[in-house]
Amino acid sequence: MLRFIFQRLLQGLLVLFVLLTISFFLISALPGDAFVKEKKMSEEALQEQRARFGLDRPVPLQYAMYLKRLIVNQDLGISPKKNREVSYILKQSFPPSVILGLNALFIACVIGIPLGVFSAVKKNTWFDYFSMGFAMIGICVAAFIVGPLLQTFIAMKVPALKVAGWETPLDILLPALTLGLAPAAYLARLTRGGMLEILNQDYVRTAYAKGLPFLTIIRRHTLRGGLLPTVAFLGPAFAGLISGSFVVETIFQVPGMGRHFINGTVDRDIFLLLGCVLYYGFLIVILNLVSDIIQALMNPRLRDSL
Amino acid sequence: MTSSEPQPEFARGTSLWMDAWHRLRQNKVAVGSGIFLILMLLLCFVAAWFMADPNIQNLDNKFSSSSGAHWLGTDQMGRDLLSRILYGGQLSLVVGLTATAVAFCIGILYGAVSGYTGGRIDATMMRLVDVLYAIPFLVLIILLQQLFDAKAGEASAWIIEKLNIEKQTTQKTIRRISNVVPLLVAISALGWLTLARITRAQVLSMKQQEFTQAARSLGLSPMRILLRHIIPNTLGPSIVYVTLTVPGFIMYEATLSFLGLGIKAPNSSWGVLIKDGANFMETQPMLLILPGLFFTSTLFAFNFLGDGLRDALDPKAAKD
Repeated sequence: MLRFIFQRLLQGLLVLFVLLTISFFLISALPGDAFVKEKKMSEEALQEQRARFGLDRPVPLQYAMYLKRLIVNQDLGISPKKNREVSYILKQSFPPSVILGLNALFIACVIGIPLGVFSAVKKNTWFDYFSMGFAMIGICVAAFIVGPLLQTFIAMKVPALKVAGWETPLDILLPALTLGLAPAAYLARLTRGGMLEILNQDYVRTAYAKGLPFLTIIRRHTLRGGLLPTVAFLGPAFAGLISGSFVVETIFQVPGMGRHFINGTVDRDIFLLLGCVLYYGFLIVILNLVSDIIQALMNPRLRDSL
Repeated sequence: MTSSEPQPEFARGTSLWMDAWHRLRQNKVAVGSGIFLILMLLLCFVAAWFMADPNIQNLDNKFSSSSGAHWLGTDQMGRDLLSRILYGGQLSLVVGLTATAVAFCIGILYGAVSGYTGGRIDATMMRLVDVLYAIPFLVLIILLQQLFDAKAGEASAWIIEKLNIEKQTTQKTIRRISNVVPLLVAISALGWLTLARITRAQVLSMKQQEFTQAARSLGLSPMRILLRHIIPNTLGPSIVYVTLTVPGFIMYEATLSFLGLGIKAPNSSWGVLIKDGANFMETQPMLLILPGLFFTSTLFAFNFLGDGLRDALDPKAAKD
């Protein structure tokens, strides 16, 4: 297994390299650059600024320069728009996003997985219909509706909760709830589907026939197989959650990373955006690896793949 | 199996699809949902043509309630709400359904081939998925929009010249189409990744099982084993996930519009209508509730149909 992890990490480096290359040329193909909207600057000042960041060179040369700086100096460059080091900007916005993402994930798992398991067990009962209805509502009502609703009906009523801001630990609650609702719904539905697949298997019937207690059957015989699709989904979902969400960050004024993804694109801030892409790619590589390992640990039939 | 019948010449096994169709018809909720979806499609794509123009403004008649002229009232610019909902439904349903269909085909085949082949090919294919996960999506959309805007201008000029159709309607229609195409391409191109991961995990666990070994020892080709023996067994979780991607993509389009990159005004979609309605949540709740009702009911129908399909396609379900 150590060899497997080592191999995957090596492959991960390759993934990041390919990702960086594709993204660099895609971003460079965007019309305009970081200084297009600066109307006040004179033509000469513009040229000077572009030269300062190397944006006046041909794209392949820019790419080579970026790569050299990244590999030799571990330097992500300076954001032309914000005039700050990209690594500094990312370091600032990284903790809020991770904290928010972890909490949202926690909420999603605590709500979603039990709902899914019990709906599968009690398939086609009122509990099933009710919880799946709830899950569907979680998917229908996007963050830009849940957020304001929570602000209006909870934050305004409960004195301990603020409408927006990011100072005390309590401020995490509402944005995490908003962010976690959709993944909770996905988890519930996926878990229910995976569990139904397993509950029909012969060995589960055998377990019932042996007279095992119901909870033991669920815990020891079905959960590991039934949660397989859930875990396959969790890897990328987790990466998505902790790389920040623009909508939730905007609504609740969270100083996270999601806005840099969007603003980096809108402002054509190539170095900032590449920094975000690299960070997100890194998360995807690591979390997909973790998710694959957990799947193999849960299902003996997958262990050959390790 | 129906092998208990006495005459051997009629003792044919029924296919999975026949069984599934048979079981699906028994499921009243699923059939009802299917009928509801067909009605919704008819409403959005046929009935909408007979409605008022969804983009005509009448600022003297803002926020009017239900009346003979405007069945569901009007919005913040005095536009007919029902007509906007139906026209918006066209865009939302096209985005949700097409992108899901593409994602379904690519994701399942890709994940199945990757998982079944294993080894280096599997590693390469799944690492490519990792790369695609992290590609900056907005950049892709902006680039595609640029590409299609240029092409749409040429296309409408060509059509007007060759076919001699009235200029304004053609341009309007083409603009509506060219507005959706980049979204569709981008969402379809990147929407299949999680489905591929889910399918691959299922296939990995199937390829060790006895029925696959049996198929292999019979000398069946890998493609046949995949298509006839493995993929049908993985469809359950995939269909469940797919019923989630339809609303997922529809809402994703709304989020893109929230960023100004989705459907452009005055065109609308369910997501955009819901988002706009949210602005008037406290004073004019109907503007949020009515589009939300269309969206949610369609979603529930998809959901129940998907559950019905999952149950019907479960190879282990009793054949009765």
